[in-house]
Amino acid sequence: MSWLLALPFLIPILTALATFPARGRKLLCGFISVAGCALLLAATIAILVLVETGGTRAAQMGDWAAPFGITLVADRLSAIMLLISGIVGFCVSLFSLSDIRKYRVKLGFHSFFQLLLAGVCGSFITGDLFNLYVWFEVMLIASFALLVIGGDRIQLDGGIKYVALNLVSTLLMLTSIGMTYGLTGTLNMAQLHISLAAVDNPSAVSALAVLFICAFGIKAAIFPLFFWLPASYHAPPVTVTAVFAGLLTKVGVYALIRTFTLIFPSELQFPHSILLGTALLTMLTGVLGAAAHYEFRKILAFHIISQIGFLVLGLALNSPLALAGAVFYMIHNIVAKTNLFLISGTAKRLTGSFELSEIGGLYRASPLLSFFFFIAAFSLAGFPPLSGFWAKLLLVKASLDQAAYFVVAVALITGILTLFSMSKIWAEAFLKDHPKDYCQRLQDIPRYERYERLLPVAFLALITLVLGLIPGPLIDYSLAAARELLKPGEYIEAVLGLKIQYVGNR
Amino acid sequence: MEGPLALVVGILIATGVYLMLARNLLHYLFGLILISNAANLAIFVAGRVTRAAPPLIPQGMEVAPGPIANPLPQALILTAIVIGFGLLAFALALIAQAYKVLGTLDVDTMRIAEPIPPKGEKSP
Repeated sequence: MSWLLALPFLIPILTALATFPARGRKLLCGFISVAGCALLLAATIAILVLVETGGTRAAQMGDWAAPFGITLVADRLSAIMLLISGIVGFCVSLFSLSDIRKYRVKLGFHSFFQLLLAGVCGSFITGDLFNLYVWFEVMLIASFALLVIGGDRIQLDGGIKYVALNLVSTLLMLTSIGMTYGLTGTLNMAQLHISLAAVDNPSAVSALAVLFICAFGIKAAIFPLFFWLPASYHAPPVTVTAVFAGLLTKVGVYALIRTFTLIFPSELQFPHSILLGTALLTMLTGVLGAAAHYEFRKILAFHIISQIGFLVLGLALNSPLALAGAVFYMIHNIVAKTNLFLISGTAKRLTGSFELSEIGGLYRASPLLSFFFFIAAFSLAGFPPLSGFWAKLLLVKASLDQAAYFVVAVALITGILTLFSMSKIWAEAFLKDHPKDYCQRLQDIPRYERYERLLPVAFLALITLVLGLIPGPLIDYSLAAARELLKPGEYIEAVLGLKIQYVGNR
Repeated sequence: MEGPLALVVGILIATGVYLMLARNLLHYLFGLILISNAANLAIFVAGRVTRAAPPLIPQGMEVAPGPIANPLPQALILTAIVIGFGLLAFALALIAQAYKVLGTLDVDTMRIAEPIPPKGEKSP
């Protein structure tokens, strides 16, 4: 089965190679890109089915036995993250057909987009720290290119801040990985679970934990390290922002979850207490930033930060229910966030601006688009019965179980402020009249473009609705994934072939 | 050997941070280059430094006769150098383009993406 686990990054890389010579012809290039994403989606579904029926799967590349070769591992968390990347990739590539102009396609937009997907999927499936670094770099260089391609002034300005701060995180990550190797002599994550527990040097392990928090924290945009995100995310075309918002920061959170459940012994208290503090501050600062802004995409960008706080909170509480909450939240958030950015792009197409003070009248122009926005926005704010409600419920229940009432209070305040800034967009962009009476109707734009813009949005909104109305299966799945994360015996057995006994009442 | 190398790493980091605190983007980039070299050197030291002992096993033997250098960190560093080189080349090209388009390298004056609202004017 090893070839199946390699598909999630092989398909996008091959698609990137195929789109590059075709980049002069916009239609053909877009078609190849969408077809590649469809294949990727099929492969990720196959992996999910495989993991769900047969448990954690590992593949050794080149048949080198585990701690020495390159290992690909798919457990429940990886599988669901891959699936959601496939879905986002497919929807965004469909949307890009109408949103990305010809000169950007000519500069290789689709190739970089596919490379970005390859980096994201590779990070989710690798079982080796150094490989994780390499996939992060693939993702990073593709995101650099996507961010500045086309070369608008605002793109260059935002791109410089993005590049400058992300290069620092790369260096921190490289250093922490090198130190891990120096301390344990291995970089295989399953082997590290055993080796790092045997290291008798608590101060070195603590230093390592902090280095990892900083390195992945910059990628994930947690509290004091997030300033590159609102500086750059509104600069490129909205297609690029949508895929960044959906996937990039989540890879950082995924790496944090992997590191602090699998690699570091989860009995280690202090990384979790650091993460708890930063999670609360991330939630609050993000949502306050969103409340202060009056630009569609800037509000959404600050919301990404605030939602990252919720994800890290799930990791920091470190109980099965909390981790399940984090997994559920991640899936819900990727869907809702990507959708909101895609909607903002269509809103710009119809009204001509992202500034809330300069636009309006969207509800009258297209009730359908307003309906989709309503679903995504109110799901993000945590309204029942949409998916965000269940995600927040799991996290709040987990905090109540640990008697962490302060955490509950912060989470609820964040929810209310989220609702406030979402209703600000709703009132300004959708309800009030357009100041220049310019707003186009959805029916006015060409038919193909309409489909290319609306189908992905409708599909993502449908997922949000289904997750909200029938949350049972995903909650069960998240709980199973959380159990696996906290007792990684199956993961280690799949990779190393060793059985590990866990004692205790977790 | 570890002592002097650690000292070199420290000096590189200190110089790098000093350069990165400057407002000029080019200084920032050079600081980053120094720190990336420091990181590579730190990994090299973390993989244990041995003198004149290449990781080779003589013909007919199963294991090396004495202590040998660890080849893995060197492989890691080689990969990291290649990747780092690509990233820094990209950053340099980006800075050059930004200078051409924006006409400045001073980060404090680069406020197109995040403009400061004029004084006295309230947001809507």
